[in-house]
Amino acid sequence: MEFEEIVHRCFRCGYCKFTEDYHDFNCPPYLKFGLDTYAAGGRMWLINAWLNHGIETSKHYAEILYLCNTCGNCKEHCVFTFKEDLLNIFEAAKAELVEKGLVPPAVKDYLQGILVNGNPYKEPQHKRGRWAEGTDIQPFSGQEFLFYVGDVGSYDEPGKKMAGSVGTILPKAGLSIGILGSKEKCDGNDVKALGETGLFAKLAEENIRLFKEIGVKKIITLDPHAYNAFTKEYPKLGGKFKVWHYTQVLAMLIKGKKIPLPGYKVKVTYHDPCYLGRHNAIYNDPREVLRSIPGLILVEMNRNRKNSLCCGGGGGNFMTDVSGLGKDSSSRIRAREASETGAEFLAVACPICYKMLDEAVKEEGLEEKIKVKDIAEIVNQAILR
Amino acid sequence: MRDVYNALVEIVGEEYVSFRKEELYFYARDPGLMPAHEPDYVVAPETTEEVQKIVKLANREKIPIVPMGAGMALTGLIIPLKGGIVIDMKRMRRILEVNEKARYAIVEGGTSQGALKSYLDRNYPNLRHSIPDAPPTVTIAANVVIHGQGRLTQQYGFNSDMVSGLEVVLPTGEICKIGSCSMSPSWFSKGPTLPDLSGLFLGWLGTTGIMTKVGLKLYPKKKMRDVELFVTDREDLIPEILFRLTHTEMVEDITAWFQPKPIIFQGNHHVTLYITGDTDEELEFKRKMVWDSVKEFRDNKDGGFMWILPAMKPTFLDMPQRSVTTFADVKKGGGFEYSGPIALIEKYPVLARKLVELGTKFKVAYSGMARVIGRSHAMMFGIAFTFNRADPDMMERVRKALHEGITFAFDQGGIPWKPTAEEQKMAMERMDPNTLKLMKMIKENLDPNGIMNPGNWEVN
Repeated sequence: MEFEEIVHRCFRCGYCKFTEDYHDFNCPPYLKFGLDTYAAGGRMWLINAWLNHGIETSKHYAEILYLCNTCGNCKEHCVFTFKEDLLNIFEAAKAELVEKGLVPPAVKDYLQGILVNGNPYKEPQHKRGRWAEGTDIQPFSGQEFLFYVGDVGSYDEPGKKMAGSVGTILPKAGLSIGILGSKEKCDGNDVKALGETGLFAKLAEENIRLFKEIGVKKIITLDPHAYNAFTKEYPKLGGKFKVWHYTQVLAMLIKGKKIPLPGYKVKVTYHDPCYLGRHNAIYNDPREVLRSIPGLILVEMNRNRKNSLCCGGGGGNFMTDVSGLGKDSSSRIRAREASETGAEFLAVACPICYKMLDEAVKEEGLEEKIKVKDIAEIVNQAILR
Repeated sequence: MRDVYNALVEIVGEEYVSFRKEELYFYARDPGLMPAHEPDYVVAPETTEEVQKIVKLANREKIPIVPMGAGMALTGLIIPLKGGIVIDMKRMRRILEVNEKARYAIVEGGTSQGALKSYLDRNYPNLRHSIPDAPPTVTIAANVVIHGQGRLTQQYGFNSDMVSGLEVVLPTGEICKIGSCSMSPSWFSKGPTLPDLSGLFLGWLGTTGIMTKVGLKLYPKKKMRDVELFVTDREDLIPEILFRLTHTEMVEDITAWFQPKPIIFQGNHHVTLYITGDTDEELEFKRKMVWDSVKEFRDNKDGGFMWILPAMKPTFLDMPQRSVTTFADVKKGGGFEYSGPIALIEKYPVLARKLVELGTKFKVAYSGMARVIGRSHAMMFGIAFTFNRADPDMMERVRKALHEGITFAFDQGGIPWKPTAEEQKMAMERMDPNTLKLMKMIKENLDPNGIMNPGNWEVN
């Protein structure tokens, strides 16, 4: 297995479970299941045992590996020099299971959905661009920017709403921007995180070829997961594009006074998506957008920025749902934390977070207290007031 | 077997019980060098009542139980030597109360040191507890069960001396309050002026009951904290240096340490001492007292204060000190273990020389560290070796070095801290027979079925 020379070096000290100030445990599967095997140290020791025949491949071993949300909290807080490879090690261990065909059924279903249908929802390709109906956004035909929406933004209701908000604001701000619609393909970020490196390479190569063929040079992504794939993985395969997350673009447009923002008196708390925050260190742009709305009060949850608690949807878990909801699921804990701030809106910047937290707010019965809103949706509401 | 599993599921819910191979593998070992032994079940309760039910079940079925915090003693104390149920306490991590004026906290039995520190920093910035330098996951209950030490040990003694009350599930399943909380809503004393029953649990390595709540004394937290580093190449002077430093009563934590790498530390003995104050004036006054106390050594050119690079200060001021944990990967092998005998400070030179000798003899990387306990009343002398977990030969050499080290420390009049099962036997062989008889009487009366962490403090 790749990285196997590192695996035995984990001391299972548990720094990786915590936030930086040790406020609480911050590893989603560990919070949910409460046994050390579910935390990063547990995974490391089990992978080492698996490599040395201390345990065999089993349904439970696969579950433990696939419960990892790839949120990166462990990588952020591990005290050892090999911390940068923690997620790579987990990915490599999952790749071994993929190779042997021993992944959990829900993961297999997810991957097959992407292989066969091009998306995990198993929806037809022609429905991809439907979210754009009613907006001014046009198909890509050489505009300056490609707006890449991704699977969740294309097919999932919260994601579609979010894509619609971004797709409404950006053209109005005068941005030359187009979408791929039915030509768009899965970015593959979570496919890779699930250990299906072959499928990821295929998706990435196809996307890179298409982007080059139609002259894409600059990309704005809806989904931080796509942002991560385009900025970190695609360049290794020859796909070098200028990439922004939409909150970065909103921040620039607002700064350049391209978006008029009337006052909006509302109290908001912001949830950092793992693939925007910890993975790519974009913490300020989303906050700048919110703070630029006159009257909006931004309050922070205890866990924020690099200590943010994952929504639980990363690593494909938003679809595979290996962990399920439940009072100790990180999405529900997060919904409670957000509500405790007294905010009326829980602002998100990722369609997966939107989906996970929206469900969690309902599960917690907090709909009357707090609503999940995407940052672009809040900006749109501010504009329309 | 299925019946016990079902009964455990009934108590805590299916998600928090396991007898699957993966959990049995993990909970069969700790990060140290002790041989693995699998439990039959692992369970993670959330309430005292659940712990009580598990203990009653274990009594009924005559199954061993092993309470576990983070498992970081490194000496196998949470390895279920005779199988049974490992009770992972970390879901019980609520901080129940802080009495600011009486300076104590009440926490659940799985509350981590890190969580209490963070909670106090956020909510009671004038209060602190004696946090050890172990990783922040280690629990307060497990720390006092092994008589751990921490940042305030030089001032106030062992961390177990700072306990202000206990709630314990006895081996027979009764829930018992210890200290003032046995008759009062307040947790300000673990014993006095009542009979001090806390000694039935503190230091017993989980063989006499399971702590489900701990009252812990808190102490003033000054606004400023700084570090000084005194360096000498003469280990024989360390006892006198420590004696003079403790005489000032101006210092928070004092440790003496030596290690061969990096080269800037080679051949020297370092005394790290921390001073605190609410004002610059207070801090500088204490600093002056400290400097004056060792003036003679400075004048004689036997040692001096080392200028600490600003970039190094955060490492020293870190609580817990992360660099203690990263020692595990010096050999890129993820392992270290240390014996920590408690001995007189005058034994520092011989123990230091012995550690260097062991490092050379067994070709293993070492680190020596002595934390002062009380006003030079004793020290914990850490005989620490790092090892590569993928190198069985190196691991065996470290085992031998540790064995020789602890034997030597006993010969020097030391007593064990968090001893392995083998070190417990070695200690008991040296104990007064009537002391052993008393330990046996206590254990047999508290734990008639012998279910509590068997194999530890087992008096034959």
